[in-house]
Amino acid sequence: MTEPLLSIEGLVTQFDTPDGTVRAVDGVSYDVYPGETVGVVGESGSGKSVTVMSVLGLIPQPPGRIAEGRVLLEGNDLLTFSNAQLRKVRGKDIAMIFQDPMTSLNPVLTVGSQIAEAIETHAPDLEDDAIRKRVVDLLALVDVPNPDDRFDQYPHEYSGGMRQRAMIAMAIANEPKILIADEPTTALDVTIQAQVLEVLKRAQDETNAGTILITHDLGVIAEMADRVVVMYGGRVVETGTVEEIFHSPRHPYTLGLLSSLPRPDTDLERLEPIPGQPPSLITLPSGCAFHPRCRLGNNRERCQFETPELIELGAGRRTACHFHDEMDEQVRLIEQATGAQIEIETEADDT
Amino acid sequence: MLNYALRRFLISIPIILIATFIIFWMISLTGDPLQDMRQLPNITTEQIQRVRDMRGLDDPFYVQYVVWLQQIPTAGFGEYLISPRPIGPDLQRVLIHTLQLVIAAEVIAFIIAVVLGTLSATRQYSIFDYTTTTLSFIGYAMPAFWFALILQVIVIQIFELTGVRILPLANLSSANPGTGLAFVWDRILHLVLPVMSLAIFSIASYSRYMRASMLEVVGSDYVRTARAKGLREGTITRRHAMRNALIPTVTVAALSFGTLLSGSIVVETVFGLDGMGRYLFVMIQSRDPYPIMAVLVITAVVIIMFNLIADLVYGYLDPRIRHG
Amino acid sequence: MADTSPHDGPGASGAQGLPPGESMHDSSGQPATAYSDGTEITARSQWQMFRRKFFRHKLAMGSLIFLAVVVVAAINAETVAPHAYDDINVQMASSPPTFEDMHFFGTDQLGRDYFSRVLFGTRTSLSVASIVAVLATVIGTTVGAIAGFYRGWLDAILMRLTDLMIILPALVILLVAAALLGQGQPTRIGIILGLVLWPTLARIVRGVFLSLREKEFVQAARASGAGDLRIMFRHMIPNTIGPIVVNMTLVLASAIIIEATLAFLGLGVNPPTPALGRLIDEGRSAMRTSWWLIVMPGMALVAIALAINFIGDGLRDALDPTQRER
Repeated sequence: MTEPLLSIEGLVTQFDTPDGTVRAVDGVSYDVYPGETVGVVGESGSGKSVTVMSVLGLIPQPPGRIAEGRVLLEGNDLLTFSNAQLRKVRGKDIAMIFQDPMTSLNPVLTVGSQIAEAIETHAPDLEDDAIRKRVVDLLALVDVPNPDDRFDQYPHEYSGGMRQRAMIAMAIANEPKILIADEPTTALDVTIQAQVLEVLKRAQDETNAGTILITHDLGVIAEMADRVVVMYGGRVVETGTVEEIFHSPRHPYTLGLLSSLPRPDTDLERLEPIPGQPPSLITLPSGCAFHPRCRLGNNRERCQFETPELIELGAGRRTACHFHDEMDEQVRLIEQATGAQIEIETEADDT
Repeated sequence: MLNYALRRFLISIPIILIATFIIFWMISLTGDPLQDMRQLPNITTEQIQRVRDMRGLDDPFYVQYVVWLQQIPTAGFGEYLISPRPIGPDLQRVLIHTLQLVIAAEVIAFIIAVVLGTLSATRQYSIFDYTTTTLSFIGYAMPAFWFALILQVIVIQIFELTGVRILPLANLSSANPGTGLAFVWDRILHLVLPVMSLAIFSIASYSRYMRASMLEVVGSDYVRTARAKGLREGTITRRHAMRNALIPTVTVAALSFGTLLSGSIVVETVFGLDGMGRYLFVMIQSRDPYPIMAVLVITAVVIIMFNLIADLVYGYLDPRIRHG
Repeated sequence: MADTSPHDGPGASGAQGLPPGESMHDSSGQPATAYSDGTEITARSQWQMFRRKFFRHKLAMGSLIFLAVVVVAAINAETVAPHAYDDINVQMASSPPTFEDMHFFGTDQLGRDYFSRVLFGTRTSLSVASIVAVLATVIGTTVGAIAGFYRGWLDAILMRLTDLMIILPALVILLVAAALLGQGQPTRIGIILGLVLWPTLARIVRGVFLSLREKEFVQAARASGAGDLRIMFRHMIPNTIGPIVVNMTLVLASAIIIEATLAFLGLGVNPPTPALGRLIDEGRSAMRTSWWLIVMPGMALVAIALAINFIGDGLRDALDPTQRER
């Protein structure tokens, strides 16, 4: 592969809370290459959103603080950028799509003007007519019907899916190098989700942006991602290509996520849910943060006391499990117990 | 939108009727409205009885009330009890004066409050924020009449020390106010202290609302979106945050217009202004029911009108209301 | 109609009532951030939580102590005051504030000690305000509770009354009422003010009751056959106590200011009983020479009203379950 567009290296983001300092992101590293989609999976509180917010400098400071690490965009460390420099990156080189389209658009401004604003900020010399034309084209690209009329409408006149597509249009308005989509379909109806993903894919093709797709929905990952980063308790616990992750997970948490997918093909609603609750960052378990919920670890001493390092298994294939070599056995056990296959179809399998 | 405003107006009519009825009843409870007249020298019992008969003062109060209502379409607000002069011209004069005072105070208070609230919210926990917040608490706890007197004391002390009269202490105009622009300037100078006294409470109140709603808006998703677009903080505050934060503040300002009107009673008394509040105060003491009723009705109508204007502003600021 | 009109907004409280939202002392009021998932707070009784939070609220605690001192001093004005409020002493006439002869607030043209007069005036103000607060709270809670619980005609009347209060400002009504009915003893003024100032609380209680009515524990009580009164007193009123108490402080503060305003206009308590508002009015005649006659009583007034507002603010913070302990 070529050089990565974006490299996150050892990022640590902390928050000061009344109960002490919390490491919401604890030494996270991953790369994004041109044109690829990196899926970031994890439960809420796993630090997946905080990571990308840190990249753009959107963490409220205080109480937040980026304590360590580097974020290299084509070799330049964004964390050393001034506010003015960062502003030139936001919305231009790196654009973002947020979770809730209902609240992410300003209710008192027209949708068109909000997209136009994104263009105007980064190209102040452009004529108003040219901007408007560009916005209308963008709205058409994301399947907003009658884009010329819709330009002058307010967010409340758009449907939920349409709003999210408008957000996508806004994000790609300046042909960003990196597109970050933070749970872009979570707030939407299932029927709308597919359309939005479709539009997202088209937008990405259009701009050839490297994409970070944050979601807790493995179905979305299977559909969209090339590579996958699994996060838990503020750390990366497994990385790999989408086939590797889905066919031979190397971390029990990933396996847990796969087994807890709804399975219409079997009698069971899901194969094997993960027991327990996602951890509170304030009282993160010692050793491997996942150990209280881990069937593989089974409360072995090493899991309780020794924090596993993220170790390299192959090119781009990493895991943070002391007992990753027992994973094949574990997969077989679950498959035997439930009589179903763990792996689910990914986009890559079709092609 | 207009429909809604019209409906609001119509709903207010019965409320005004009930209010005037209650007030009329209360006035009737207090005994003889001709008390002052009896004090006059050279007045005979027959003359007094003639007035009583003419104005139906011996009828039950509800009959008097109906009589009052019936004469409104033809005679407007009627005549004074003691002298047969129409109330209308006086009312018009004092109303204009009061509106000058109150509208100036409302507009100035609103602008200052929006600026203070916005700056405080965007600099949360700064020294500026703590200072304005503390001052707004004091503004809350301070009676308007006392603040007005303190302003007078300050102006007087400046005069004692330096011999300079920086501002007029009383009245609406000088003895020879001149005409045209000179008159206007003279009026403005005379209104400076009254407007300050009246506005202080509103500044305190509105700026608290503005700060609170700005804080809410600043943490909203669409402000984050704006930031992610690479907009400057100034643009975000002006274009995205303030406009949304203004919506609740406008509502509060409109609903508090009545508070300002009642504040004007006190301020007009302190500064000796020929306004509606002082007029009401004087009329209450003479127990003349018609002018009191007239002031109440006018007050209600002014407040309702102001609320209608606020509704329109509201609709302008919030497209969801406009289309809803 | 009234249920959807913007009149129901926070501003409808008119002259009284602090705006909602951020209080000035919320050092913990950081914007919510991504870490907000499930922080366990060890279960502590609500009362303990309340006490802890209130006692840590420095301004509120300071204000409480200040107010307690003022109340005790005012009740015992006869013994605390260095002079009688109507003691004339021509030798000391028009003296600025001084420690000499303990004229801390100066004297008027007759040499009467203004500190003593202010202390007695404070007693009048506080007694009027307490009557107002108790009366407004009792009426407001009762009407609000019944309106929120049964809806129906009382509810309709309450909402119309709220509309009325918006188009006819409280002070105008009070002016008419006080001038026509109220002049005289403190009790009378207090009752009149109380009768005018209750609707704000009634509306707040109504709102809480409306939402409580649908809560599971109320439904459960109803299902287990509890009577209306029992449901109201055992289940609903205790859950409304926070807003009631906070509103009571607000009524107290605004009653003090309104009473002073009426007294200033000559509509308050009859002379010779000193009232803060009238003391200020009396000072006007000597404004050029004796500024302290205006400044001192007013400072006392503002200090008391401010202290009550701070206490209310502390109560609000302490009672707010969404705000975490610092």
